[in-house]
Amino acid sequence: MTTANLVLVIAVLAVGTYSLRLVGVVLGDRLRLSPAVNRLLPLGAVALLAALAATAALTDAGQLTGVARPVGVLAGVVAAWRRLPFVAVVLIAAAVAAGLRQLGVP
Amino acid sequence: MNVSTFWRTLGGRLVRDIGAVVLAVGFVGVSFGAIAVASGLPAWAVLAFSACVFAGGSQFLAVGLVAAGNPVAAILGGLLLNARHLPFGLAVSDLLAGGWGRRLIGSHLMVDEAVAFALAQPDRPRRRAAYWLTGASIFVFWQAGTVAGVYLGGVMGDPTRYGLDAAFPAALVALLLPRLREPAGLRVGLVAAAVAVAASFFVPPGLPVLLGLAGLLVAGRMRRPPAPDESTVEPAMEVR
Repeated sequence: MTTANLVLVIAVLAVGTYSLRLVGVVLGDRLRLSPAVNRLLPLGAVALLAALAATAALTDAGQLTGVARPVGVLAGVVAAWRRLPFVAVVLIAAAVAAGLRQLGVP
Repeated sequence: MNVSTFWRTLGGRLVRDIGAVVLAVGFVGVSFGAIAVASGLPAWAVLAFSACVFAGGSQFLAVGLVAAGNPVAAILGGLLLNARHLPFGLAVSDLLAGGWGRRLIGSHLMVDEAVAFALAQPDRPRRRAAYWLTGASIFVFWQAGTVAGVYLGGVMGDPTRYGLDAAFPAALVALLLPRLREPAGLRVGLVAAAVAVAASFFVPPGLPVLLGLAGLLVAGRMRRPPAPDESTVEPAMEVR
């Protein structure tokens, strides 16, 4: 790929991404939303983040991942559910996935 | 808010929690730098991706597609993956209030983790402090990680060796838990997760997460608070 093309890809992706971020912020500030919509906004963020977590835990490029990652995530979620400290949640998830892979689990 | 108030608002435990995620993000940045250079991109382009785009998932996707000789797909795929930031912006806009400087900088710092940490806080001052600290420190560590990956190459190896790919979803769920313990939040989260996972087998990356918004369909009706005056029906949206 030529340098010019590469610059173009990065520039368009950067400007586009920044615009998406800014438009939401400015719209949220400018529009006075009804209470019903205001209640939905944090739930919308919950929906997106839950969708992100689930797809990141279970899929890879449109296919199911191996076993190690979902089991690691599950261990972390159980730890969080049992109100273990957040740092422990992150460490447990990573350690379980890494440990399973050491044992040859995909 | 001055600096000492800022730290007091956050509290030591939250700062430590944010630190754990930021550290993990830094290591993913190392792997991004290493993978991007290995795929044939020049160093300046890799650093520009991290500084200017600053959205990990779309950066990995775009680098892969650029390496495959498909720049148009890199742009479209990356933007589709980042479209979730628009509704994120709506949800956090009140945390970036206070002038255009904050709005412009805060928008660039809008990463999933910053939104998730903000969402997990009980009140607005803490939401605000959590958003800024998470966003700013992830920015710094993402750049530092990218630089390290570019110049040190594959010293760290595959991040899956350390289970970092499992740490990110687990951290997100942990941050969502306070919301998931409420019935409406749990319904929305479960439906969103199910729809997104099912969709990911059929549609290109990025779209499944957006389709997760279907979870809002089960958010349930809001109980209308008694109207302050018996005026006519309020418009759903009005420009200030």
